[in-house]
This record gives sequence, C-alpha cells and structure tokens, in this order.
Amino acid sequence: MLFIPAYLVLLACCGLCLYRVGRGPTAADRAMAIDILGIVVVCFTALLSLKTGEVFYMDIGISWAILSFIGTIALAKHLEGRGFDE
Amino acid sequence: MKQVAMFLLLLLLWVVLVWPFEAAGGQIHLVAGELVPGIFVALLVVLIMRHSIPEGFKAWINPVRLFWFVVYVGVFVFYVIKANFDVAYRIIHPAMPIHPGIVKVKTTLKTRAGIAMLANAIALTPGTLTLHAEENGDLYVHWINVKATDVEGATGYIVSRFEWLIKRILE
Amino acid sequence: MNSVIGMIFVAVGLAFNVLGCIGMIRLPDMYNRLQASTKCVTMGTCMVMIGVMISAGFLHSAQLSARCIICMVFILITAPTAAHALAHGAYSFGVRLWEKSVVNRYEEDFPKKSTDQDHE
Repeated sequence: MLFIPAYLVLLACCGLCLYRVGRGPTAADRAMAIDILGIVVVCFTALLSLKTGEVFYMDIGISWAILSFIGTIALAKHLEGRGFDE
Repeated sequence: MKQVAMFLLLLLLWVVLVWPFEAAGGQIHLVAGELVPGIFVALLVVLIMRHSIPEGFKAWINPVRLFWFVVYVGVFVFYVIKANFDVAYRIIHPAMPIHPGIVKVKTTLKTRAGIAMLANAIALTPGTLTLHAEENGDLYVHWINVKATDVEGATGYIVSRFEWLIKRILE
Repeated sequence: MNSVIGMIFVAVGLAFNVLGCIGMIRLPDMYNRLQASTKCVTMGTCMVMIGVMISAGFLHSAQLSARCIICMVFILITAPTAAHALAHGAYSFGVRLWEKSVVNRYEEDFPKKSTDQDHE
C-alpha cells in the first residue's frame, strides 16, 4: 500500500521536470530538465522492480540511464557547437 | 595485455548481469547457452574498441592505492551527504541565501585521469560544479556560495579537500 | 524489520528527489538549477536504490542487488560528467549568469567574442 504515495511523489517530480522543459527560458534549461527526468525514471523502475519482484525492470533502468547519459552528452555537444559557430 | 583485462572485465559484467548458473540436483551447473553469447559480445567490443582502451590497468593492482581508494570513497560519501543537506537548506529557505559566481582554482595534479577524478569529485561536493578544465591544471568552478574570490582562497576551500587523496591514489 | 529500514531509505531518497526538482523550479539561473538538481536527484536515486536493496534482501534476491549496485555506480559516475558537459555547453551557447552573481573569473580570462544575444 505504501507504493502508491511513492509513485505519486515521483509523478510530482516528473511534473516539475516537465514544467521546466516547457517553461525553460533557454535550450540549456530544457536539456538539463530532460537529463534529470531520465534519472527520476530510473528511480521509478527501481520501485517497480521492488513491487513486482521482477528483475527485468532494473535492466530497463540500467539501459535507460545509459541512453539518457548519451543523449545528454549529445545535446551538450550540440549546444556547444552552435556556440562556436556564432 | 590491456585488451585481455578489458575482456575479463566485460565478461565479469555479463556473468553478474545474466547469472548463467543453474542449481539442479544439489549441484550448480554452468549453462553454456547463456555464457557463449557473452564471450562473443565481449570479444566483439574489445575488437572494436582496441585502440581507445585507457592505459594504466596494472597501476591498480597495488594494495596501497586500493586502500587509499577505499578511504577516498568514504570521504566522498561524507561530502556528498553534506552537500545535499547544504543545497536542500538553500532551496527550502524562503530568502534563498545564495551568492553564485565562477572562481578559478589551481591544482597540482598532473595526469588527465587525476584532473578528471578531481572534477568529478568537485561536481558532487557542497555547492561547486566544474565548468571548464584546462590541461595545465586550472579549473573554473561555479560556486553557489562564494566565500573567496581570489585563486588561493578558492583553492583552499574547494580543491584541498580531495587533492591529497587523489594524489595518493593516482600519482 | 528489513522492509521498515528499506522504506525509511526510500522515503528519504524521495524527499531529496522532490527537493531537487523544487530547486530546479525556484533557483534563478541555469547553473544554480543544474547544481541543485544534479546533486539532490543523484543522491535521492542512490538512496532509493539502497532502500530497494535492503527491502528485497541482499541475498534473497542477489540479482536485483547486483543490478542496483551497477546502476548506482553508473549514475554516480555519469551524473557529474553530464552536468559538467551541460554547463560547458550552456556557457558556450551564451547562457548568462544571474545578474546578482558575485564574480566571473571565466569571462575575465576567456572574453566572449559574440555580442549579447538572448536565446529566448
């Protein structure tokens, strides 16, 4: 029963991240919010794995963390490249 | 040599993740059908990445360095927890007591690995985030609560917490 | 007993996650937000994973524990790296500091070539 409040808290975190994605004055703010969203989702998969007892949710979490990291690095490089051109 | 070490590390990761053992009749069997793909994939990765494996695998087989690494992990965890309470206090406080700024610090670490490790440690410790690292050891650090704007003072506050440990681990 | 300790860890971790996200909303400029959210969310997620490991039992579900430890180490290594890359990229992109910032040594040593531009 204690899982439902935990899910609601994590959903609130995702909502705050999405607020920053939509509102963020610069592109860098949006990239940062997407990075944080990735880590929050990993947290979500860990709790799901504990609730259901299935191990493969944690596999999803690990691959999500890796993909989120690569995506963030790519976004950062993209921002930097545009800065040098201008 | 370093390719073999990399291969063994990847294979160990595969074994931990897949766990190709099966208990049957009181004995533990190795399931070949789950281990062979791991060997294949690890071999493939090492073949593709053989030119970009970092040097220095041998340097880690040294009990003194491993001991200082364990000490470093302890200090690191302590500062991470302290950093979190510090940042949480600044967020909750209604007036937001922050004085942000970018300061320059100098480190005497020589190797690239040492500077990278120091930058990583700075990024998770109270109120600091590495913005830019020069080859010669100058680091530009964003500090959420600037206490000293000159190079020496900032170095004393930020770098000296970790420099002596990393020097013992890597150099 | 184990599940109670695990739940306490999970609750503290979730509290830090929420604080990090609130900091991302409240703080005034991108670099401060990056610091607050990276630190708090990284440690919050690590504490949630420790709580999951304790509640599931280290030995009872060794596979889950192994995955949690791998994921924790991975996050602890990559989150600061991503934050550094984002900060550097944002500075090159032209995101400026908060106007009440105290000092900016980076701009003194590497003056920017581009003129003032608002990326809004």
